[in-house]
Amino acid sequence: MQPATLSSPQLDAIFAALADPTRRAILARLASGDASVNELAEPFDMSQPAISKHLKVLEGAGLISQGQDAQRRPRRLEAKPLAVANEWLERYRKFWEANYERLDALLEELKAADTPKRRRTRGK
Amino acid sequence: MNPTKIASTLEISTPSDREIRMTRVFNAPRNLVFDAYTKPELLTRWMGVMPGWSWAVCEIDLRVGGTFRYVWHGPDGVEMGMRGSYLEIIPPYRIVSTESFDQKWYEGECVETVTLEESDGRTTLTMLLRYDNQAVRDGVLQSPASTGMEAGFSNLAALLATLER
Repeated sequence: MQPATLSSPQLDAIFAALADPTRRAILARLASGDASVNELAEPFDMSQPAISKHLKVLEGAGLISQGQDAQRRPRRLEAKPLAVANEWLERYRKFWEANYERLDALLEELKAADTPKRRRTRGK
Repeated sequence: MNPTKIASTLEISTPSDREIRMTRVFNAPRNLVFDAYTKPELLTRWMGVMPGWSWAVCEIDLRVGGTFRYVWHGPDGVEMGMRGSYLEIIPPYRIVSTESFDQKWYEGECVETVTLEESDGRTTLTMLLRYDNQAVRDGVLQSPASTGMEAGFSNLAALLATLER
C-alpha cells in the first residue's frame, strides 16, 4: 500500500508506458544516446509501424521527445518524467521505512512486556 | 534483480515484471512480528500512521477465507481504504492474502505473501506483492489502466536498475 497523495494522471501515463517490455527496452537503448526509428526498430523483430506505435505511447507519457534533425528525427530520452516516477518510488520506500520504524518501536515495547515470562521459562 | 538498500535494512527488489519484494530485519522474535501484523490493536499503531492520517476502520478475520478491511482518514477529508481475504495462514510463519484498494487508481488486486524467518531472536520479514497474476488466474477482467500503476511500480524499478548499471 502507499499514500493516496502519490497518484496523478502523469504518473498513470508513465507507469502505463513502462508496463511494456519493448518500451522499457527502447528507453534503456535511448539512455545510451539518441536514435532514429529505424535504429530503434533494429534490435526488435518488429515492423517500423509497430515500433512507431510504442514511441507514440512513450511520447504521450513525456518520456521521449523528437530531435531537431528533420531527416533522422532522432528520439531522445526525457529525464524529468523518469525523475518524477523515481521520486514516487522513493516516497513509496520512505513510506514503508517509516512504517517499519514505528514497528521497531512497537516490537521493543512488546519484547519488554514479554521478558518476565521468557525469563521464567528459561529458568526451568 | 538488484536489491536496493534503504536506510537501515529495508530492501526492495523486483524478482519479476509482476512482483515487488520487500525485505526487512526486525530485532524481535517472529511471534511478536506476526502479532503486530495480525492484531488490529497492534497493527493500527504502526501501519500507515503518517502525519495527518489516522485509522477509521481496522477489521481482521484471521482465518482462511476470512477478510480484512482497513480505512484511513487523511488530510482534507481524504479517505483511503483497502480490503482483501486470507488465502493461507501459518502462524507465526506465513500469511497469504489478496489485497485491493477502494480508490480507482489502485483497483487492481494483488496477492501479498508475508513470510517471517527467525534466527537468533531476529526476524526477517519478506513481503512479496504479486500483481496481475491473480487476476489472470481467476479470470477476473481488469483493464490495463487499473493495473498499470501497480505493475508500473515493478517495471520502473526494473528499468531504473537497468539504467544504473
